[in-house]
Amino acid sequence: MAADYERTKSAIEAVWRIESPRLIAGLARITGDVGAAEELAQDALVIALEQWPVQGVPDGPGAWLMATAKHRAIDLVRRRVRYDQKLREVGRDMETRTLAEPDPDQLDDHIGDDLLRLIFIACHPVLGTEAQAALTLRMIGGLTTHEIARAFLVPEPTIAQRIVRAKRILAAKQVPFVIPAPGELADRVDSVLGVIYLVFNEGYTATAGQDWIRPELCAEALRLGRLLAGLLPRQTEVRGLVALMELQASRIGARTDATGEPILLADQDRRRWDRLLIRRGLAALAQAEQLGGPPGRYEVQAEIAACHARAASVPDTDWERIAALYVVLGHLAPSPVVELNRAVAVGMASGADRGLEIADQLAAQPALAGYALLPAVRGDLLAKLDRLDEAREQFERAAALTSNARERALFRDRAARCARS
Amino acid sequence: MRYLMLLSGTNPATPPPPELFEAIMKLGAEATQAGVLLDTAGLLPSVAGARVGLADGKITVTDGPFTESKELISYALYDLRSKEEAVEWAARFVKLHRDLWAGWEGTTDILQVMGPDSFGS
Repeated sequence: MAADYERTKSAIEAVWRIESPRLIAGLARITGDVGAAEELAQDALVIALEQWPVQGVPDGPGAWLMATAKHRAIDLVRRRVRYDQKLREVGRDMETRTLAEPDPDQLDDHIGDDLLRLIFIACHPVLGTEAQAALTLRMIGGLTTHEIARAFLVPEPTIAQRIVRAKRILAAKQVPFVIPAPGELADRVDSVLGVIYLVFNEGYTATAGQDWIRPELCAEALRLGRLLAGLLPRQTEVRGLVALMELQASRIGARTDATGEPILLADQDRRRWDRLLIRRGLAALAQAEQLGGPPGRYEVQAEIAACHARAASVPDTDWERIAALYVVLGHLAPSPVVELNRAVAVGMASGADRGLEIADQLAAQPALAGYALLPAVRGDLLAKLDRLDEAREQFERAAALTSNARERALFRDRAARCARS
Repeated sequence: MRYLMLLSGTNPATPPPPELFEAIMKLGAEATQAGVLLDTAGLLPSVAGARVGLADGKITVTDGPFTESKELISYALYDLRSKEEAVEWAARFVKLHRDLWAGWEGTTDILQVMGPDSFGS
């Protein structure tokens, strides 16, 4: 019996994960309040956890959850309407917003739009980046607070606090449950894409901790990106980001060895790259190109990733095209990190000395003073030029700067190899 | 985590109703929209296929049909967080057959695809 109960419980949790974003989105439409919607959805889950193990899982579990939550939402709204009327009766309601009685039959017609509204709210600029990411994973990814905390390596109460505070801000600022007006759409989409890519990168190059990659975060970001691409099929940059993530994720299996040590792009066994993700990435990139318009920064980065994906080996790579794409990217999103990547590409296309010139200029500026990859790149270029003492010094500096244990081991190893040869 | 779903079954004498196709397309669109369905397609009866075997060091080639097993009908490749989610999507797919094609019986086998995240938490 206990095993049966556990089985039903995990079945409920699976249904919950599949259904919760749509559930919360639909409920937010009824209540106009994302925080309340999220709580109502949680209530429905609690009821399911009580009833299903006893009565059995209903035939349409998603519909059951939606119906249960809807009833409670409508109750809530009715109570508010009545409260509203009461206030009106006592004549203190001049400012109070009147809530209309919801029509439960119309609620299923706008699921796509509702989900989109929910995504825009979770990534609303009144919230900080960390709050946006936590709220997005919670409400659209369907992750528990525990799972989000584990993924970001922060204590669970921190994430819980972050989510509570975010909901409070959204309520206090009365952020409406709407799709942004055409005039602000581009900025708001950009903000959503920023959150998704942040989640992806947190998984792809874990900035701290023992693991170099946390694939579950990458997978989460990919699913979010694909979802958004379906909801906003005409937005070039959404396709661009999906293409970029699919292409980068295609290398995950080849980026670490059996013990979890990182393997750099040049040393990866390309047969281990995921052909399905490459195919999907290239397809998304083609769709982005088809949509037209000037390429955005995600599309350009996807183009760069595509150059690697198409190449059978490092020498076979179109480094000149990559170097040129980094120039474009530098215009779209100027950053010393982009310039550093250009140094690498130029080093491959036109010789290590040319790449080193660019990297040395960066080293003369303060912007990347604490950035471990700058000395790592310089070390690599110096090693290629046979300036091994200088190279070793750079790798040691890189090892001292990184906060990722795996990366530190990698740089120390390179330093040691420079000393030996 | 990736899951491969293989649907096999025995088709009744009646042709598959168009409503079933419609419902399958709808479910597929929903899963694609959710970002979890990576790839799916129907499979022709095994009479169109062949089997290459190795036994006692000898390679044999046999043309379909493979009579000893149920016909594979379709495959789907999902990107999901858990086996339970895979079970839920598969159950939805099988329910469509139950509700829309009387007499159909079959099985969906769910297999986890080996990947970089197969050995983690």
